[in-house]
Amino acid sequence: MDNLRLLFDAPVLSVQLLLDGILIGAIFALAAYGMTLVWGVMNIINVAQGEMVMLGGYVAFYLYKKGIHPLFGVPVAAVLLFAIGWALYRLVIFRVVDKDLFISILATFGLSILIQQLANEFFGADVRTAESGFGTYTLFSGAVTVTQIKLIAFAVAILTGAVLLWFLRKSRMGQAIRATAQNARAARVMGIDTDRVYAWTFALNAAICGASGALVAMTWIVHPYLGLPYTIRSFMIVIIAGLGNVLAVFATALALGAAENFAGFIFGAEYQAAFIFGLLVVILVSRRVWLARERRYLA
Amino acid sequence: MTRRILLTAGLALAIAAPALIPGWRTQLSYLLMMIVFALTWDLLGGQMGYNSFGNIVFFGVGMYACAVVQRDLHLSYPATLAIGMAVGAVLAVAVAAILGSGMLGLRGHYFAIGTLGLGIAAGELASGWQFVGAGGGMVPPQYPGARGGRETFFYYLCLGLVIVTFAAMRWLYAGRFGLAINAIRDDEDKAEAMGLWTTRYKTAAWCVSALFLGIAGAILGNISGFIDPRETAFAGSTFGVWMVLMAILGGKGTLWGPVIGAVVFHVMKELFWTYLLGWQRVALGFLIVVIVIFFPVGILGWAREKWPEKFGHLVEETVPAEARG
Repeated sequence: MDNLRLLFDAPVLSVQLLLDGILIGAIFALAAYGMTLVWGVMNIINVAQGEMVMLGGYVAFYLYKKGIHPLFGVPVAAVLLFAIGWALYRLVIFRVVDKDLFISILATFGLSILIQQLANEFFGADVRTAESGFGTYTLFSGAVTVTQIKLIAFAVAILTGAVLLWFLRKSRMGQAIRATAQNARAARVMGIDTDRVYAWTFALNAAICGASGALVAMTWIVHPYLGLPYTIRSFMIVIIAGLGNVLAVFATALALGAAENFAGFIFGAEYQAAFIFGLLVVILVSRRVWLARERRYLA
Repeated sequence: MTRRILLTAGLALAIAAPALIPGWRTQLSYLLMMIVFALTWDLLGGQMGYNSFGNIVFFGVGMYACAVVQRDLHLSYPATLAIGMAVGAVLAVAVAAILGSGMLGLRGHYFAIGTLGLGIAAGELASGWQFVGAGGGMVPPQYPGARGGRETFFYYLCLGLVIVTFAAMRWLYAGRFGLAINAIRDDEDKAEAMGLWTTRYKTAAWCVSALFLGIAGAILGNISGFIDPRETAFAGSTFGVWMVLMAILGGKGTLWGPVIGAVVFHVMKELFWTYLLGWQRVALGFLIVVIVIFFPVGILGWAREKWPEKFGHLVEETVPAEARG
């Protein structure tokens, strides 16, 4: 708790924490928006969400090792992960789309363990980072530092989100996806190939997770066991923001990023992961209490 | 009648096992623990329809509580072990009662993901908490008896726990409690409307599950000889997933299913460890996906479909709606 006093003594520190949190929050928003897509359209909670982020991170890392600037990793990871997502749908996910929720949760959980262990075998358990080679800005005469890559990652994340939204609004497939989300049966009656829509949705989700993963590898680190916290964060953001509300997803993600950074500073970095998972439980339980009260008013 | 003979033979074999195959005592103890895991998970997941990924919390709580008692209470080894097991059980039940009042109001996927978070949060907290050794883990005291006595002692302890757990589950499922939790699984709102105190039953079920898991944790901490917060105590990615998988493999919502599933799974896992060294975890992930997708009914569920008359079901001539036109 000493750190808490430190925050009051030096308010500039909280500017630093807030800024860092908000900048990473945009990356969370990408993965979370992918989760709302899959949840809303296919009624599946993809527990392997974080593993796709991790794979995207490795794409950026290996490009960097080859001497290519890791920023190119963002489109490359998106394309590669799109293919992986498509393959996963065709191999596994299409079998669980219409099963009960627990089956799909457990199947994607199994996938997440599988991908995680494969990554451990092929890429090694080391913690990696893709150096972007950008400089650092300082604010408040050196008290607050912002690496340029974080700003760039923030911008790229917003850009990716905008492209995705544009795709969903304007393109034929995007419209089909939204129609299926509203009512799959009606969409089928209207001649939409829902199986193809599901494949697209899952692949698109994988692609934006891949893009966000590439950004993660550049701004932070990547290792095979990075996935689950990203899945949990996405889930948390989705249940707070609700399905299909883009702005709420974005705002929640930024808030979560900031909250996490503050918690990591106050309780110590070793409790940061515990904070994320604990927060999930608190949010779920308080949401239920709140809903129960609502129900009592209605009755 | 044949069933009783089989049961007696199985029990006799289990009691004689340490003498017959002494080299496998620790291995068999782990197998027995797996049965406890699967049985306690199935109480919620199979019988009550609450798919928990966080039951490992109670296991870890029991393990740590026992280890702390054994460390701080300066009595003889058997005394501290007994007290440790009792404290572990009580603490696990208390945790279940507290968590249950909040978590068990959640339904479906919210419960599943929430408990998943719970399990990991517990591991992270334990690995940051100095009192229980933080990330460095804890080492339970050495068994004081003669060499080789330790394995036999813990084998019989495990066997006793399995028998008690199984008998308790059997007794619970046979009575009103079993009917109530099955009603909750089939339709919770209706069960509540019929006047069942669903929350009480749900919390009670979780407490029963926690009781046996807490004791299992206390014993397993002593068997493994080292408690790592993430790998042994709150091992969500190993024991935590396996208990779900074993129950499904054997047949969710049946009494014998988890037992069969645990045995089959443990044998398969050991084969992976022996023949696929280095790739065993990959193979396990693959196995999870395959079982969940292609074999969600489990061994007993499959057998029940194949030979319904053996399970006391009347074979009805049901023609699927599509076939009737």
